[in-house]
Amino acid sequence: MQLTVEFSGGAELLFGNVKQHRVTLPDRGDGDSVWTMEGLLPWLRDNLLKERPELFMQGDTVRPGILVLVNDADWELLGQLSYKLQPDDTVVFISTLHGG
Amino acid sequence: MAPKCKTGCGKNAILKRPKTGDALCRECFFWAFETEVHNTVTAARLFRRGQYVAVAASGGKDSTVLAHVMKELNQRYDYGLRLVLLSIDEGITGYRDDSLETVKRNRDQYGIPLTVLSYEDLYGWTMDDIVKQVGLRNNCTFCGVFRRQALDRGAAQLGVDQIVTGHNADDIAETVVMNVLRGDIARLQRCTAISTGTEGSIPRSKPFKYTYEKEIVMYAYFKKLDYFSTECIYSPNAYRGYARAYLKDLEAIRATSIIDIIHSGESLAVRDAARLPTQGTCSRCQYISSQPVCKACVLLQGLNQGRPRLGIGKSSKVQERARETEGESGDRSEVDSATVTVGAG
Ligand SMILES: [Zn+2]
Ligand SMILES: [Zn+2]
Repeated sequence: MQLTVEFSGGAELLFGNVKQHRVTLPDRGDGDSVWTMEGLLPWLRDNLLKERPELFMQGDTVRPGILVLVNDADWELLGQLSYKLQPDDTVVFISTLHGG
Repeated sequence: MAPKCKTGCGKNAILKRPKTGDALCRECFFWAFETEVHNTVTAARLFRRGQYVAVAASGGKDSTVLAHVMKELNQRYDYGLRLVLLSIDEGITGYRDDSLETVKRNRDQYGIPLTVLSYEDLYGWTMDDIVKQVGLRNNCTFCGVFRRQALDRGAAQLGVDQIVTGHNADDIAETVVMNVLRGDIARLQRCTAISTGTEGSIPRSKPFKYTYEKEIVMYAYFKKLDYFSTECIYSPNAYRGYARAYLKDLEAIRATSIIDIIHSGESLAVRDAARLPTQGTCSRCQYISSQPVCKACVLLQGLNQGRPRLGIGKSSKVQERARETEGESGDRSEVDSATVTVGAG
């Protein structure tokens, strides 16, 4: 499944200073090809993140202070970690922790 | 799928408001955000018609959104204000250069004139030069102390009636927590005030006092406002301390924590008998200071005498050292009171 993933507000600094990424999530091979945000976060950490993973994730979710939008809607309206990703979704991570 | 907008306008919601939990669509969110700032401004009677107001502009998210919203509200509600952007150039190559470019774009986009003042103009030193002297351990102390005065000095040069800053609810809650941890009663009393600065100094106010950081960032995102975000090259990771992380953890559990902490700070009462430091003026530069010589002048003295650690540490020790060594060498300018009129008008 293909997704667009974007980082801004300083979060891009953790991802090689690249703001927009086109990513292809692998099939899980067990007949269950459903990806949720809960699965996406560690996948991004392990496959896309370049430095300081503790500034991206805390426990099994994003570090508090990072805002997440899926297709331009606040993920808090979409069930957060339980949201089931659809092909060509756009997921945006915005850090609020950098500079005022 | 996202739920419908709480107002019943029929559109899909795009944001869950941290303060109320309401789900709002883009247009209803913009309206709610701007109207709340307007209500804060009018309830506190922050402005008077005809005032000349400087927006402290760093190119970051808070001040960029503030400049945008001030312009918007000034027109919509006819505040009758004359606005100017005021930026401070600390002289940090590769950091401030980029954010100043952002401020210049804001100037053009919003049609608000811009004044930039540099540390070099004001103090004779750029942050790059200071770091060469003091290294990377205490440079943030210098930067913070100089910035605080720089805004006032800039505002005095411009002759503005007041300064508005982009401090938001999260910033203020953070300051409350820090002052509790430090036991700093005097600051704890002052830090929740929406407007500060009395006799002699130019008032500063915070129209975003009750505005959540999340909403500021979402507003900038949905309005596609152009802001600059990076770490200061001299303090990577130092941008937020434990207090901020603690607050963000609290907010994740219960979003109203931020406002609750501000309200706690506001309702704090100090016994009449408690002794609070009195505010006087610095004997060298006339800037308001609770000590005989203000922190900026002590730091400058240290730099100019090649003893950069002079101003670092407990204030009683610092004052003592500053007195002992005063006049040993008076070369590069002390904060030059001749060029500045803070406190005079
Ligand atoms: Zn609506
Ligand atoms: Zn002074």
